[in-house]
Amino acid sequence: MLTKRIIPCLDIRDGRTVKGINFESIRDAGDPVELARLYAEQGADELVFLDITATVEKRTLFYDLVERIGAQLNIPFTVGGGISSKADVSRLLQAGAEKVSINSAAVRDPARIKELAGEFGSQCVVVAIDTKCIDGEWYVFLDGGRTKTERRTLDWAREAESLGAGEILLTSMNHDGTKDGFALEITRAVSRSVDIPVIASGGAGKPQHFVEVLSEGGADAALAASIFHYQEITIPELKRNLRESGLCVRL
Amino acid sequence: MEVAVLEYNAGNVRSVLYALERLGVRAEVTGSPERLASAAKVIFPGVGEASSTMRYLREHGLDGVIRSLEKPVLGICLGLQLLCSHSMENDTECLGVFPEPVLRFDADRAAGIKVPHMGWNAVSATRGPLFEGIPEGTNFYFVHSFYAQIGDDTCGVCNHGIDFSAAVSSRNFSAVQFHPEKSGPAGERLLSNFLKL
Repeated sequence: MLTKRIIPCLDIRDGRTVKGINFESIRDAGDPVELARLYAEQGADELVFLDITATVEKRTLFYDLVERIGAQLNIPFTVGGGISSKADVSRLLQAGAEKVSINSAAVRDPARIKELAGEFGSQCVVVAIDTKCIDGEWYVFLDGGRTKTERRTLDWAREAESLGAGEILLTSMNHDGTKDGFALEITRAVSRSVDIPVIASGGAGKPQHFVEVLSEGGADAALAASIFHYQEITIPELKRNLRESGLCVRL
Repeated sequence: MEVAVLEYNAGNVRSVLYALERLGVRAEVTGSPERLASAAKVIFPGVGEASSTMRYLREHGLDGVIRSLEKPVLGICLGLQLLCSHSMENDTECLGVFPEPVLRFDADRAAGIKVPHMGWNAVSATRGPLFEGIPEGTNFYFVHSFYAQIGDDTCGVCNHGIDFSAAVSSRNFSAVQFHPEKSGPAGERLLSNFLKL
């Protein structure tokens, strides 16, 4: 049986991890490669590296980093952040990434999804959707949540799938950072509306939240950042918890 | 040269090269029949689409070269599918090393069966030298929408709504549907088992 995936997400700026991560077991917690290897050893199923580098000149640091990650990491990883062109994607896949996630560029030009899936295969095209609930309606947001669109989340997820997306990474802005649990309702609705896997993101605070979103929420995978970085939950502990709750996980 | 990794239009071969490097093995990426002939082992990796890849192999005379290899060959993912007889993906005639046909998964939302089959899944009923030292039911990383049916050559079984061939083996040819290069320590063990053949 296919296991439910646990995916730590690392924010990267200028080639370094962003937050003041404190791990005693590694020398340099600012080095994404060291942190990635630690997570892999602990049983992370995949990793996501999100580039939030502000300046174009420093983007090259991210490409260099992806090369180093690819050389050293023995589990799959996805890269995202500001990716739009075929050349970007080609370069990142060549560097060893399994998948790329696209967000704003896909909404602004949906044909981009079809173009990338046709060129590189659906399996490596993750469409990331930032969504927010306003008066009971879930809208798609762009530009790291700064720009609201009139698109409804369910419609966009279905359209992304029909254009060739291989996976949806769904982040609820209402829940992100709250540690009060994932957005179960919209995650379940999206998961039931598409045939491709759905990764839930935003709101993880304790193991029970993962249990809920991977069962009731219908998610195929769950992504979190700070709770792993600050060791509020360790991956082995989380996975034991999931297994005890009857979920199929890789230990 | 110890290991040749087949170069063709679709394959993203870098991950395989990195994995071999981590095992201390230097490999050459090549599409040259002479270089393939002189290698001790050949890896046929693959991410991509069946019909365009088969067309590329035929246009470059590589279909005959692959079929006639007598050294250990390891197909990975699309590599496995192309070593089979026929793929439902754009109705493609494949290399026919393995007689098993390649079909498409049916998604089943109610049962939580998504397509592509993406993630870690257990491989059971394993046999043969590739799986030496790897316990039954070990999880490997899969990403695919098409699968080879179970047949006489099946040497590892996985389930995604239906049982399918996670690994096949016949004579000097072996192939795995999962990605050993991205399957953690178990994948590394499988690759090093192949390198010892």
